[in-house]
Amino acid sequence: MPKRQDLKKVMVIGSGPIVIGQAAEFDYSGSQACKALREEGVEVVLVNSNPATFQTDTDIADIVYIEPLVPEIVAEIIRKEKPDALIPSMGGQTGLNLAVELQNLGVLDEMGVEVIGTPINSIKAAEDRKLFFELMREIGERMPKSIEVHSLEEALRAVKELEGYPILCRPNYCLGGTGSGVAHDEEELARIVKFGLNVSLNRTVSLDKCVLGWKEIEYEVMRDSADNCITICSMENIDPMGIHTGESMVVAPAQTLSDQEHQTLRSVSLKVIRALKLNGGCNIQFAVNPDKFEYYVIEVNPRVSRSSALASKATGYPIARIATKLALGMTLDEISNPVTKDTPASFEPTLDYVVIKVPRWPFDKFPEADQMIGTQMKSTGEVMAIGRTFEEAFQKAIRSLEVGRFGLGGDGRDKPTLDIEPLKWQLTHPNDQRVFLIRDALKMGVGVEEIYQLTKIDPWFIWKFKRIIDMEEKLKRMSPKDPEIEKVLGESKRLGFSDRQLAYLLKTKERNIKQLRKQMGIKTTFKTVDTCAAEFAAKAPYYYSGYEPIDEVPTSKRKRIIIIGGGPIRIGQGIEFDYCCVHSVLALREEGIEAIIINNNPETVSTDSDTSDKLYFEPLTFEDAMHVIEKEKPYGVILQFGGQTPINLAVPLAKAGVKVLGTSAENIDLAEDRERFNKLLRKLKINQPEGSTAFSAEEAKKIAKKIGFPVLVRPSYVLGGRAMVRVHDEIELARYMEEAARVSEEHPVLIDKFLSQAIEVDVDAVSDGKRTFIGGILEHIEEAGVHSGDAAMVMPPQILSEKAIKAIKDYTIRLARELNVIGLMNIQYAVKNDVVYVLEVNPRASRTVPFISKAIGIPLAKVATKVMLGYSLDDLGIPKEVEIPYVCVKESVFPFIKLPGVDPVLGPEMKSTGEVMGIDRDQGRAFFKAQLAAGNKLPTSGRIFMSVRKGDQQEFVPVARKLKKLGFEILATDGTSDVLQKADVESKLVLKVSQGRPNIIDYIRAGDVDLIINTPTVGRNPARDGYQIRRAAIDLGIPYITTLTSASAAVQAIERISKGKIDIKSLNEYHTQVKKIQ
Amino acid sequence: MKKKKAMLVLEDGTVIYGTGFGAEKEALGEVVFNTSMCGYVESLTDPSYNGQILMLTYPLIGNYKVHPDWFESDRIWAEGLIVREVCENPSHWKGTQTLDDFLKEFNIPGIMGLDTRALTIKIRECGVMKGIIVTYTGENPSATELLKKIRKQLSISELDLVSETTCKQVGEFDGAGKLKVVLIDCGVKRSIIRSLLKRGVSVACVPASTTSKEIKSLDPNGIVISNGPGDPAIVSHVRTTVRELSSRYPMMGIGLGHQILALASGAKTFKLKFGHRGSNQPVKDLETSKVRITSQNHGFAVDADSLEGTGFQITKVNCNDLTVEGMKHVELPIISVQYYPEWDNQYLFDKFVEMLKEHR
Repeated sequence: MPKRQDLKKVMVIGSGPIVIGQAAEFDYSGSQACKALREEGVEVVLVNSNPATFQTDTDIADIVYIEPLVPEIVAEIIRKEKPDALIPSMGGQTGLNLAVELQNLGVLDEMGVEVIGTPINSIKAAEDRKLFFELMREIGERMPKSIEVHSLEEALRAVKELEGYPILCRPNYCLGGTGSGVAHDEEELARIVKFGLNVSLNRTVSLDKCVLGWKEIEYEVMRDSADNCITICSMENIDPMGIHTGESMVVAPAQTLSDQEHQTLRSVSLKVIRALKLNGGCNIQFAVNPDKFEYYVIEVNPRVSRSSALASKATGYPIARIATKLALGMTLDEISNPVTKDTPASFEPTLDYVVIKVPRWPFDKFPEADQMIGTQMKSTGEVMAIGRTFEEAFQKAIRSLEVGRFGLGGDGRDKPTLDIEPLKWQLTHPNDQRVFLIRDALKMGVGVEEIYQLTKIDPWFIWKFKRIIDMEEKLKRMSPKDPEIEKVLGESKRLGFSDRQLAYLLKTKERNIKQLRKQMGIKTTFKTVDTCAAEFAAKAPYYYSGYEPIDEVPTSKRKRIIIIGGGPIRIGQGIEFDYCCVHSVLALREEGIEAIIINNNPETVSTDSDTSDKLYFEPLTFEDAMHVIEKEKPYGVILQFGGQTPINLAVPLAKAGVKVLGTSAENIDLAEDRERFNKLLRKLKINQPEGSTAFSAEEAKKIAKKIGFPVLVRPSYVLGGRAMVRVHDEIELARYMEEAARVSEEHPVLIDKFLSQAIEVDVDAVSDGKRTFIGGILEHIEEAGVHSGDAAMVMPPQILSEKAIKAIKDYTIRLARELNVIGLMNIQYAVKNDVVYVLEVNPRASRTVPFISKAIGIPLAKVATKVMLGYSLDDLGIPKEVEIPYVCVKESVFPFIKLPGVDPVLGPEMKSTGEVMGIDRDQGRAFFKAQLAAGNKLPTSGRIFMSVRKGDQQEFVPVARKLKKLGFEILATDGTSDVLQKADVESKLVLKVSQGRPNIIDYIRAGDVDLIINTPTVGRNPARDGYQIRRAAIDLGIPYITTLTSASAAVQAIERISKGKIDIKSLNEYHTQVKKIQ
Repeated sequence: MKKKKAMLVLEDGTVIYGTGFGAEKEALGEVVFNTSMCGYVESLTDPSYNGQILMLTYPLIGNYKVHPDWFESDRIWAEGLIVREVCENPSHWKGTQTLDDFLKEFNIPGIMGLDTRALTIKIRECGVMKGIIVTYTGENPSATELLKKIRKQLSISELDLVSETTCKQVGEFDGAGKLKVVLIDCGVKRSIIRSLLKRGVSVACVPASTTSKEIKSLDPNGIVISNGPGDPAIVSHVRTTVRELSSRYPMMGIGLGHQILALASGAKTFKLKFGHRGSNQPVKDLETSKVRITSQNHGFAVDADSLEGTGFQITKVNCNDLTVEGMKHVELPIISVQYYPEWDNQYLFDKFVEMLKEHR
């Protein structure tokens, strides 16, 4: 059936900010959708609040709205744009929920907008547990018995019907398993159900009979309007049922199913998608009994998903792209397989390699969080690795994680093992370290069968881990001179051992291993991901490494450049860097240069095989990157865009003789090395906070005393403020130094004066070595000391003086010149009393590059790439300066709801996972939008609770006064209340937690508070009132503010909103207003 | 698994060394590849692989062991097996035997540890070719000698493979219904018989050499011509039988049976460059315009142009290369498919049963 002719304009909904459970995969799918629609001549309207996405480029969609993803606003956009149809299935759970809400608002009917791909009824049939249960019964498939409850009382009754504990509790219409958990007793049930009722969109929680310990198998399937159905991929969770698939290590294809089992589940999957009547893709999860053939259908995602992104990258089959065409009414046999070009899309991919996905958890940032993994997602991102053996793929995946490991142990980084009993306990209570614990258990002689009983990870996988460990033991007993070494080295490379591991185990240097391998002819070779196991010749240039005899990947005669990507999404290194890498690729391709990407994140646009000319799916260690570089012999490599990961490779690559394009490795090092950088600033007479480098605890103490507390302490070479803290006294400093020594072995600790009450500023600029273009000056709304990745920011600056702005511009230009920056540069400043201090210079793309690019309509990363190729800014027509007559606010989004126990307070350590952008005519409105997009809907009436730290209270009086004037009722605890009373601002006194009941927590829980303003006291004592209040705000989804500056901004926003409407404008419209000064 | 050495020599002179498993012996055959990611037990026991050395493109084989319930016949029919890696420590609740032991039991050699992907590309580009696997423990055998043996070996089109795979005597299976078919066994897969029995059709499995007279004497409601190995042109006796019966009974041909039906009607078949072997082959039904994913194992195909004037019309084509995947007779109740109508493609049996009922 050909494409429907009546669909001329289609709206695509994005998934909003990156949060745990919804990461870059939806930028990938949304971008593919846009490309596919435009390929078919359809005009695309895209709505997303996340500026760091590729899909929000006006090159990708015809009309882009960076607006909050709330039904009222999207409804406005629909009324304005009048699309013929809406595709909700590319925007994750956010997209589906929004579609349902838009339907409920009536706007879809009103405007005659058809929901295509996944129709509303299909969404409901798949998402509503009761309806889905019914549907499965109709087609003769079983689900675990499930009861939907609306209250705790109902839940308690349901327990009996489900034949007792354990019981899986899942809130309906929620993403990433938010609020779900396994209850083993009544107490746990009460806790989980109460929380779940609150986070569920329709206030219901499903209680399911639990099949803990069964295998979890997923199928990605697709269906077209002619009812043709295909399976894209089977995936087996290495972790058993009970661990969210987003938290599981996953292998594709499924490894431990017999053909009969596979064929049965495949057939059922097709039956399910037919029953749902989707035109597109969906993901079906099964629980499979490991002891006999018995299975349950667990769940269906009636849309593209994290799993479908993984399946796309695992097979090479672009699910989202094809799903979009199916939504337009096309059939599978009409669409060609983009990988082979000659065969149709109506086939099932087959693999001749093994793919493994491993999640990346943020526990390095949240040492206080509960690190157990279970039914709720906690990981922020994931890596994927491909190998011809399981072991190879697995060890590659481990080193792709960038957690300082180079394989499954044996890399000199192994921690001391636990005693056997605590070890066994941990194996039954899994955490993020579980594979290393399995390794320890195997080393201690625990049998495979026993480990299976403890972990319920199929023995097949444990045997594979054991093979790695057996090889490690073998290597340990050898030396590089052993006559057997050649054979063993070859075998160990095929098992995925890195040279780093081999060097450690053979007690020699990494470069010696490389030399040895070279002598013996153990060469890295490359194979193609072709969807068809070599049955047809592939045109898609998508490759992985291995140690097979034959390398099948040709190199071209063209000029080629390698761009090294950013690896897994984690706090501090998010989608922003992938965005920059993709832009760099585009710039190279525009120039006719072959653009080659190395990356390992399956969620991203950069690892879409039609983004670059060549894609190598590899870990990003020096060794792995060098394998590709040695193969491709590129003109140069670009390291500026992938965040700290490639930057860390700058010096070693340069030493290995690789040409680093743009700012030289030497100058990168100059900017990163504190001592050298300090000298430079002194030379340029540019201020910086007083500070110095300490190599010992003693030295640190001396420095701190000299410059005076509070001080900012951090290890050198940091990303995302890792292990950076504000230290208030000597005791705290001593404690930090003890821990920091372990944080970074090779680098000392930096101690800087902390400028309290300063305004922090981020600047992104691009320089061609002669001229520097400042893309934007971002003023932090948050007070100094909040990490720039977490701070709300506004552009253009709202309170900085002319004088300060002039100094900032001057410093930026001089620093760029002095560091001979070719490409991008980010500088963080602090401004206090009109004096500008440089906090840090990063000679690379920063997190704010996409935001600024969206704000001014100039793609900075693309410009930077062209500059690296030798163009001047003048050549590229870049103006001297730009001005925007509107205001853009960036707000960060935090993962606290997914991390029980974590105190949602901001500091110098970055905690946010993503960002949103609010654009409007003034800061108040833009801030309101940003808050709304971030999930903090600021109230325009109601009750506000204020509890402010002693010392700050006076400064909050104007805030309170304004709120009062706006008609709010103010609740306050005694200290704050007293101060307000003295200032003649009326407030109602409420009790602190320690003062009895009903206290403030009772108010919050009763839903009697609409906004919480709570500034934290120093220290992290969870027993404190402040912690409990903030945590209650998080858990109940009440907007909360923890700093004075954002409180002022919020009040301003509420004020503006109360006075008039917000503007709904497309990015295209905004960009016409940009003033370019030549 | 005790380590044996192994060698693979191809007709074009390629010599590859690997590790041996299964039986210690030599095996000659046409080297073909199958792209399914699982189903190695079903493939090895598929009689259509008689005369061929099977190479599996998925690199990890033997993961879930072997169980007799998964057999498609009572033995391994592939002459030898080529894989990247045999699983040393398989795991499955049902599997009872390792792949290594399974091959040993049926005296079949296997070679592993070679770059199966590179070999697959070679076959894709050069077409299927003859080869030999040797597993051994002592000195390396002479490649030249092996090559000589390959050159002496008849090509697949010259071998009467069906005489080996067909049953030796009539086997009766009670479908507990009123309908009964005679299945001309060229090397039938058990799943075909099961599909018929499941629909209440009794099956009399007869040797391929059975004459039309003998078949008539069994008084069936219809005839099934099964799948089987090799070149359809060589089994001329079955062609004759089919021709003699075609106007009398509803018929269904599967795989080789489908090709024989075409030949019996005067059409031609030809050899594909490297065949269709795998479980992901898209087939378009020209009557409904629907596409179904099918399992296939065939190296020959019906020549579409030669069907002109035979009374057959093409009902199904392969979406990848547009070769014939199904036919029906315009006047007679005869249908056939080139692929295996298994799992979610069993509707073909329903159609056949309808035909049987109509013509009872």
